[in-house]
Amino acid sequence: MIHSLFLINASGDIFLEKHWKSVVSRSVCDYFFEALERATEPENVPPVIPTPHHYLINVLRHRIYFVAVIQSEVPPLFVIEFLHRVVDTFQDYFGVCTEAAIKDNVVVVYELLEEMLDNGFPLATESNILKELIKPPTILRTVVNTITGSTNVGEQLPTGQLSVVPWRRTGVKYTNNEAYFDVVEEIDAIIDKSGSTITAEIQGVIDACVKLTGMPDLTLSFMNPRLLDDVSFHPCVRFKRWEAERILSFIPPDGNFRLLSYHVSSQNLVAIPVYVKHNISFREGSSQGRFELTLGPKQTMGKAVESVLVSSQLPRGVLNANLNPSQGTYTFDPVTKLLSWDVGKINPQKLPSLKGSMSLQTGASKPDENPTINIQFKIQQLAISGLKVNRLDMYGEKYKPFKGIKYMTKAGKFQVRT
Amino acid sequence: QIQSSIFNQRKAHSPGHVCKNILHVPVSGLLFGPWFLCRNEDLKEMLESNKESLKLEAMKRIVGLIAKGKNASELFPAVVKNVASKNIELKKLVYVYLVRYAEEQQDLALLSISTFQRALKDPNQLIRASALRVLSSIRVPIIVPIMMLAIKEAATDLSPYVRKTAAHAIQKLYSLDPDQKEHLIEVIEKLLKDKSTLVAGSVVMAFEEVCPDRIDLIHKNYRKLCNLLVDVEEWGQVVIIHMLTRYARTQFVSPWREDAVFDENSAKAFYDSEEERRVDQSKPYIMDPDHRLLLRNTKPLLQSRNTAVVMAVSQLYWHLAPKHELSIITKSLVRLLRSHREVQYIVLQNIATMSIQRKGMFEPFMKSFYVRSTDATHIKTLKLEILTNLANEANISTILREFQTYVKSQDKAFAAATIQAIGCCATNISEVTDTCLNGLVLLLSNRDETVVAESVVVIKKLLQTQPSQHSDIIKHMAKLFDNITVPMARASILWLMGEYCEHVPKIAPDVLRKMAKTFTDEEDIVKLQIVNLAAKLYLTNSKQTKLLTQYILNLGKYDQNYDIRDRTRFIRQLIVPNEKSGALSKYARRILMAPKPAPVLQSAFKDRDRFQLGTLSHTLNSQASGYLELSDWPAVAPDQSVRNVEVVEPVRLPCIYLQKNGNAVKVESRSESESGSESSSSESSSESGSELDSDSDSGTDQKKNTKPKPVQSKPFDAVSWPVCVSLQASSPVFVPETSHELLHRMTGKGLSAQYRFTRQPCIYGNSMVSLQLTLSNSTDQALENIHISEKSSTGQNIHRFNAIERLEPQASVTVSMGVDFNDSTQAANFQLCTKEDEFSVSIQPAVGELLLPITMSEADFTKEQGKLVGMNESSATITMTPENVSSQSVNRKVVSVANLGVIPSGQENIYRFSGKTVSSGSLVLVSVVLKDPDAVITINTEKTVMGSMLLRQVKTALTNSGP
Repeated sequence: MIHSLFLINASGDIFLEKHWKSVVSRSVCDYFFEALERATEPENVPPVIPTPHHYLINVLRHRIYFVAVIQSEVPPLFVIEFLHRVVDTFQDYFGVCTEAAIKDNVVVVYELLEEMLDNGFPLATESNILKELIKPPTILRTVVNTITGSTNVGEQLPTGQLSVVPWRRTGVKYTNNEAYFDVVEEIDAIIDKSGSTITAEIQGVIDACVKLTGMPDLTLSFMNPRLLDDVSFHPCVRFKRWEAERILSFIPPDGNFRLLSYHVSSQNLVAIPVYVKHNISFREGSSQGRFELTLGPKQTMGKAVESVLVSSQLPRGVLNANLNPSQGTYTFDPVTKLLSWDVGKINPQKLPSLKGSMSLQTGASKPDENPTINIQFKIQQLAISGLKVNRLDMYGEKYKPFKGIKYMTKAGKFQVRT
Repeated sequence: QIQSSIFNQRKAHSPGHVCKNILHVPVSGLLFGPWFLCRNEDLKEMLESNKESLKLEAMKRIVGLIAKGKNASELFPAVVKNVASKNIELKKLVYVYLVRYAEEQQDLALLSISTFQRALKDPNQLIRASALRVLSSIRVPIIVPIMMLAIKEAATDLSPYVRKTAAHAIQKLYSLDPDQKEHLIEVIEKLLKDKSTLVAGSVVMAFEEVCPDRIDLIHKNYRKLCNLLVDVEEWGQVVIIHMLTRYARTQFVSPWREDAVFDENSAKAFYDSEEERRVDQSKPYIMDPDHRLLLRNTKPLLQSRNTAVVMAVSQLYWHLAPKHELSIITKSLVRLLRSHREVQYIVLQNIATMSIQRKGMFEPFMKSFYVRSTDATHIKTLKLEILTNLANEANISTILREFQTYVKSQDKAFAAATIQAIGCCATNISEVTDTCLNGLVLLLSNRDETVVAESVVVIKKLLQTQPSQHSDIIKHMAKLFDNITVPMARASILWLMGEYCEHVPKIAPDVLRKMAKTFTDEEDIVKLQIVNLAAKLYLTNSKQTKLLTQYILNLGKYDQNYDIRDRTRFIRQLIVPNEKSGALSKYARRILMAPKPAPVLQSAFKDRDRFQLGTLSHTLNSQASGYLELSDWPAVAPDQSVRNVEVVEPVRLPCIYLQKNGNAVKVESRSESESGSESSSSESSSESGSELDSDSDSGTDQKKNTKPKPVQSKPFDAVSWPVCVSLQASSPVFVPETSHELLHRMTGKGLSAQYRFTRQPCIYGNSMVSLQLTLSNSTDQALENIHISEKSSTGQNIHRFNAIERLEPQASVTVSMGVDFNDSTQAANFQLCTKEDEFSVSIQPAVGELLLPITMSEADFTKEQGKLVGMNESSATITMTPENVSSQSVNRKVVSVANLGVIPSGQENIYRFSGKTVSSGSLVLVSVVLKDPDAVITINTEKTVMGSMLLRQVKTALTNSGP
C-alpha cells in the first residue's frame, strides 16, 4: 500500500525519507514540487497527485508536507487518515511535531514508522501499544539510558495487541485515580452582511483524560442525549449500549483520548454568542477607505466571551491600515494584507471597537468585495448546545475515583461577511 | 581514544553543509575526503568495539544518515555482524539497515539469514514476528525458498500476531517472485479460515494483492468475516469492506429493481440494465440473508472515528444497499467534512458523484456545502460543484444568492468557477435562465478580466439556447468588445456576432471592420473567429462586407500559423465563387449557417461513477494500476449454499484474560452480539513469554444469522471471581442450527416466528437463557410495532426485545431475548403482539439448553464428581451402535443434546463433559465410559430432576445411529 514516505518542509527540502518496500528515488517528489509551485497558497496543493509510475498523496500539518508514495489502487482516505495518525503520534511523543523535533528524534521516528507499517500496511497505530514498544523520549530516560545502557525498545509484544481491548494496557497503577472529561463545542457559522445567520451548526467533542488503576468500566450518561444527532466514537465505546440506552459505556484507554465527537441536530436553533457591527467602505476615486468594527456579546448565558481574536484578509489594493483599537492590539501585514486584532475579553459595558482608515493604492479602482471577518473566541463553563453530562459511574474496580467535567465553547469556522 | 574520536566525529557532523556534500565529492575530494573517511572509519570502529553503547550510538547515526537519504551502504559488513546482538534496540536498528540495503548487497545479506532462521524459533512471539518481518523484507531472490518455508510455518503459529506477520510476508514474497503464486494461495486459503480478528484484515489484504479473482476462497469465510468485522482493527476493516463489496456484487442479485420508483431519475438509473428489468417482472425480490448480514454488520461502523472506515461503509451502501436505505450514510459523510482539509477533498469528491444521481440525499444538508473564504481553492470548487448538482426549482434562489457572494470573491479562479456554475444552473432550471443571464450581463462590466471573460463564455453558451430574444445582450457585448482582452472571450463574442448576424445587422459589419484593423495583433483563436465572422457576413450581407472579407482572407493567407492559413484557404474556396469551385460552394450557406445544437453544460463528475466510490481511481478519474472493477449484478444469483459451513470444527479451549493480581476478567467484546469470536490474551509473569492462542473459536459464527452473545453480561462482576479454574465459563462447543417454531404464519396472520437457543451466556441477566428470535413477515403489508406484551402468564422473568417499529413485507428480522427458566423445563408462555393482534406463544426448553458449558481439569472433574454421589448421581447402561463408538461421534452427540463443555480426557474410553445450570449455577457433570459394546452414562448433579431428564436424552442420542 504505502511505498515510501517523504517529509518536506515549508522551504521545499526533503528532510526525512522512509521506505517500506524497495527504495523509490526521491526524484519522485519533483512532481510534488511542481504542484507546490503551481499552488498559490500552501493549502492549495492537491492532496492526490498522479505521476507516471506512482501516486503521491500528501497531507500538510504543522507546515510540514507528509508525502506518501503509492504504487497501485488504494482508498485515498486510507492513506490520508494514516498520515494524520502519524502526525498525531509524533505530537504525542515529542509534544510538538516540527521539523526540529523530528530531526532531533530521528531514531525514535524511524523506530515508530517501522512499527506503524509493515510492507506498507498499518501494523500498530494505537498509541498505547506503540508506547509499550517504543518508550517516548524524556530527559530523565535519556540520562538513565546512557548510564545504564538500557533501551527504549520493549522486548515483549504489548499486551494490548492481542486482547479484546487493544487500546488499554494491563497492569495500570495510579496512586491518585482520576477521570476528567472536557466537553468542547465549536460553532461554525456564516453571518451575512445584515447580521442574520446564513448557516450555523454546533460540533462537539468529549476529550477525556483518564488515569485509573486496573480495568475500570465506565458509563457516562447525559441529561439530554437527544441533542446528539450524529456521533462517532472511540473504538472503546460499546455501540449497542448507545443504540439501546443512549449511554456511553466503555473501558477507557489509559491517558488522553477523544471519547466522542458529535454533531448537534440542525433542527435546534444555534445561539450565536457574539455580534459584529461593521462599516468597511471604499469610495470610488479616493485613496482612503473607512474601517469600523465593534464587537458585542449576544446569547452567552451570562458567561464571559474570552480570547477573542478577529482576523480579516483585506483586499489586495489596501496599502496600509491606520486603526485605533479601544482595547487589545492589532497588526496589519502589508505583504499578505492580513489584519488581525487580538481583542481579549469582551466587556459588555464597554464594547471593544477598532476604528480608523485604510490607505489604498493611488489610481487603483475600488475593490469590489468587502473582506470577510473571521472571529475566534472562547466561552468557559458553557456548552452552547445545552448538553449536560448527567453522571459518570465506574464498575469493575473498588476504589473511588476523582471525577471532573468541564465545558467550553469555542468558535470553529466563524465568519462574518461584510 | 575512541571517546575522543567520537568527539571529533560530532564536530564533523554538526555543520550541515559538510555532511550534505560528502557523498558526491569526487572533485572536492581533497577538501572533504578526509572527513568522509574519518566518519565511516569511525562508525566502523564503533560498530566493531566491544561496548554495546558505542555500537548503539553508531547505529543511531547510521539510521540518521538513512533517514536523510544518504548512502550508508559501505558499512554493510560492519553492521551485519551485529544482527545477532542481544541488545534489542541495537538489533532493531540493524534490521532497519538490513531491509534498506540488502537488495544492493545480496551476498553479504545472506550472512544474516541463519540468524533470522534461528529467531523464527524463538519462544518470544515478538522476536519470531520481527524475524519474519525482516526476513521477508530482504529482497534477495535466492532466499525465496527459505521465505516460503518460513511463511508456511508462521501461518500455523500459535500467536495470531505472528500469523498476521505471515499474511504481510505473503505479499512481500509475491512481489519478489510471482511464480510462487500457487503456493501462496494455499497459505492464504489457510489464513482466511483464521478466526483471529488480528489476522483477518492482513490476510484479506494479501488476498486482494495476490489473487483477487479467486472469489471462491471467500465463500466459506464470508459469514465469518461479516461477523468479525466490528472487532477487526480499523485498517483491516477498510480492506475487508472493499473486498466484500466486490464479492457481494458477484453473488447477490440487485436490490434496486423493485424500488426503482424511489429513484428520482430512474430513467437514467445507474446500473439498471435491461435484463434485470425482465427478471423482476416474474417474482418479488427477496434479499439474500447474507446480503442483509453484510449491510447490517457494517452499519455500526459508520460511527467509526476513522474516516477511511466511514467512507468504506458509505461506498458499500452506495453500491449494495437498496436505494431507500441509502440515506443513513448522508449524515456520516457530512460529518467527515469537519475533518482535515485532505479528508474534505476526498469526501467532497465522492459526494459530488453521489449528488448527481441522488440529489435528495444531500439536499437537507445544502448549507454544509457553503463556501468559506478560508477554504482551499480545490475545496471551494468541489463545494460549488455539489451546490450546482443540488440546485432545483425550490432552492435555486437561495443558491443563486449564495453564488452572488462568491462571484465577488478575491479568489478570481473561484469567481470564474462560480460563473460556470451559474451557467449550469441556468440551463438546468429553465425558470431562472433569464435571471441568470441578466446577472451575467451585469458581470460584463466587472473590473476583473477573468470574471468578464468567463461571463462571456457562459453567456455565449446560454444564448445558443434561445438567440432571437437576446439581440440586446449581443449588442451590449459588442459595445464591451473593445475593453475585453482575454482571447477566449473575444473569440466567443465574435462567434456570437457571426452566428446571429441577422439579429444584429447593423453592428456586425462594423465589428468586422474593427477586426480587420487589428487582425494581425490578435491571438490565433481570435483570428479563426474573425475569418469565420467574415465568411458568415459575406454570405448574408455581401454588399457591405465583400471588400472587408477579401482583405481579411488575404491577411489570413499569409499568416504565420498554418492552421489559420488552412482555414482561410478553405473558406475562400467555399464562399467565393470561381470557375474551379465545385458543387460544394452551392451549399456554403447551409454549411456555415447550419443551426448548431446548444452545448450541454454538464458536471465534470458525470462520468466518474464508472469507478467504485472511495477509490484512488475515482479521485483521479482515470484507472489506477491495480484497480479492480466492480462487476454488474448477476441476473440470477449464484448458488447460495456455497457459503454454508456445516462442519463444526473441534474446539480449542478459550483462554481467560489473566491479570497479574490473579483475578480473571473476561472483557466484554465491543461488538456485543455481532461478534463471533472473542480474542483474549494472556500476560504471563514469567519471562519466557509463554503465550496462549487467542483463538477461542466457538464455531458459531459460521451459521446463518448466528449472533453469539458476549461472554459475560457484566464484566465487572467477574472481577470478584476467584481463580477457581473449575468454574470458568467457556464458549459453547456446538450450537445447533435447528430452530423451533414459535408462531406459524397461518396462526400469526402472516407473522411467523422461530426461535433457537444460542447457547451463549445471556447479556440481559446472569440467570437467563439466551434465545434468538427470527420474525418474518409473509404478508404483503408492513407489520408495525412487534413486541412482547408486558404480562407473562407463567411468571418467568423475560427480557423482552426492543419493539420492532416496522417490518417490511417479505422481510425478516432477528432479535434476541432472555428468559429465566429457573432451571426447569416448564414452558414460558407469553404474548407476541403486533399493532393489531396478540398471539399466545410458548417456548419449551430442552433440558440441555438450560446449561452453560464450563471448563475444568480432569482432576477437578473427578474431585467434584466424588462430592456428588448417592441421590445426586444417576446412571444407565446402553448398547452402543458401532458407528457411534468413535470419540468424535460421542462428543458430538452429547454436546448436541446439551450445552456442555468437553473435558480433555487422559483415557481413551472415558468422555467427560461439564456444565452448570443457568439459573442457579449448579454443577452438572456427565461422563460416558465405553466398555465395548456397552457404555455407561453417569450424570452427577444436585438438580436430580434435571439429571434424570438429561440422562434420558443423552441415552437416546447415543443409541440412535445416524449423524
